[in-house]
Amino acid sequence: MLKNSERIVITGIGLTAPNGNSLPEFRDNLLNKRAKIENISLRYIGEVHAGVCRYDVLKYQNKRDVRTGTRAGSISIFCANEAFGDAGLKISDENRSRTGVFIGITEHGNVETENEIFNISQFKYDVKFWNHYHNPRTVANNPAGEVTVNMGITGPHYCLGAACAAGNAGIIQGVQQLLLGEVDIAIAGGVSESIHTFGIFAGFKSQGALAWHKDPNKASRPFDKDRTGIVVSEGGCLYVLERLSDAKKRGAKIYAEISGYAMNSDGTHFVLPNPERQAECMQKAIRSAGLQPEDIDLVNTHATGTKAGDIQECEALRKVFGGGAKFPYINNTKGFIGHAMGAAGTLELAGNIPSFTDGLLHPCMNVDSLDPECELPNLLLDTFDTGGRIGSILNNSFGMLGINSVLIVKRFADS
Amino acid sequence: MTREEISAAIISIINDILPEGDCSGVDPDKKLRDQLELDSMDFLDIVMELRKKYGIEVPEADYPQLATLSSCIIYLEPRMKSL
Repeated sequence: MLKNSERIVITGIGLTAPNGNSLPEFRDNLLNKRAKIENISLRYIGEVHAGVCRYDVLKYQNKRDVRTGTRAGSISIFCANEAFGDAGLKISDENRSRTGVFIGITEHGNVETENEIFNISQFKYDVKFWNHYHNPRTVANNPAGEVTVNMGITGPHYCLGAACAAGNAGIIQGVQQLLLGEVDIAIAGGVSESIHTFGIFAGFKSQGALAWHKDPNKASRPFDKDRTGIVVSEGGCLYVLERLSDAKKRGAKIYAEISGYAMNSDGTHFVLPNPERQAECMQKAIRSAGLQPEDIDLVNTHATGTKAGDIQECEALRKVFGGGAKFPYINNTKGFIGHAMGAAGTLELAGNIPSFTDGLLHPCMNVDSLDPECELPNLLLDTFDTGGRIGSILNNSFGMLGINSVLIVKRFADS
Repeated sequence: MTREEISAAIISIINDILPEGDCSGVDPDKKLRDQLELDSMDFLDIVMELRKKYGIEVPEADYPQLATLSSCIIYLEPRMKSL
C-alpha cells in the first residue's frame, strides 16, 4: 500500500489513439485485433509509418486556438476535457484552484523549432519571419499550460520530461500531489506529438531502429522475430485522479485504484536498456503496493519492437516473476498503435483497465513468429477471457537515458 | 493591386486569423477589435502575414493605422498598388 493512508483512484479517462478516440472504441479495437498504422510523408525523410490520431480537434478549441497552439497542446486539451467530462466534473470557482495538470512528455519543442527553421528557410533565413508564438509554443510546460488556459484551471501545472516513461511519470506526479494535499483533482498522464518532427524518425532511422513493412499495420511487431524496430505514433491519455474520500463524497464512478508505483534509473547507457534496473523497478513497485509478484494478474509490457528492448524486458520479467507461484498474463499494445512515446504508459494501461470489470485480456499484435528469446508463460497471442475479473495490473514504461517507470493499479474494492 | 484586390487580400488575412467566422461583413469604419474577437497577438499575426505574403513592413508606430478595415486599405494602398 502507498505509505499515505489516503487511497488514490482513477475517476475519469480521456484519450486519443491511432485506433480510437474514447476508451470504449480503443478497447474494442484492442480486443478485436484492429491495428491502425498508416504511411505519412515528412519533409526531408519522405514516407514513414506513423500512428495518426484523428480526434475532433474543434470539439474543445476554436481555429485560432489550434493555429496558435501546439499539437501536443491540442491533444492534451482534448484528453483533459474528455477525462473531466467522463469523471462527471466541471471546472467551477470551487475547484479551479484545487485542480492540477501534470503531463508526461517524451520531448517538446522539436516540432515547432523544425517548422520555424523551415519557415525562415523560405525567406533566406531572415529571422524577422520567425513566429512570435515560438516561445509559448516551445516552453516545456506548453501542453499542460494549454489545458489550464483552455479550461480556466488555476491550480499548478507542468510537464514531466521522462522520455518514453513519461505517461507513468505524469500519473505518479498526480498521485503525489494528491497525497501531499496540494490539489484535490489531478489531471495526469502523457501525450505525444512526435510524428510531426522528422528528427525523431531520422534519429531512429540512423540508429537502425525505425520499422518498415509493406503493410503499415504489420510494421510494429514487438516480440516477433521479424521485427524491424519502432513505429512512431502520436497520442494522448489523461486520467482524472482523486483521493478516494473525495471521490466517494461525490459518488464518482471509480475505474481503478493506484496501488503502487516506482521509478528508477539504469545509470548505465544513453539508449541500451538494463534488465537489472528494470527488474528492480518492478520489484520496488510491487513492494510499494504491498503485493507479492504472484498477486499481479497482468503485465502490460513496454515492448517497443526493438530486439534489444524486447529481449531485455523479457529477461527482467523472468527475474521478477520466474520464481513465483504464478506467472502473470503478459500483453503489449504497440503492435496495434505503434509507440505513442510520452502517451504510451497511460494509453496502454487505459486499454487494459476494463479488464477489471469484463475479465477480458487483449493480445499482443503481429506476433506471427515469436522470438524464442521472448517466450514467456502466459504470453497473450489471442484475446483471452479469464472467466473472472482481473485484480492487479502492472504497467511498464521505460525510456532513453535509462529511465524506468512502473505503475500498479488494482480493481477497486471499497474496503 | 486594385483597391478591391487589396481589400480582399486584407479580409483573407484577417479571416485566417480570426478564431471563428468571416470579417467581410464588418463596418469598415469601426475598429476591428470592437467588432471581432482579435487581440494584440492577432495584430502581430496580421503584420507577419503582410510581411510574408507581400513583403510589406508595418513599423510598430504605424499599427494604429490598421485599426479599421478602411484605414487598413488607406494605409496599405500606396504600398500594395504596384504589386
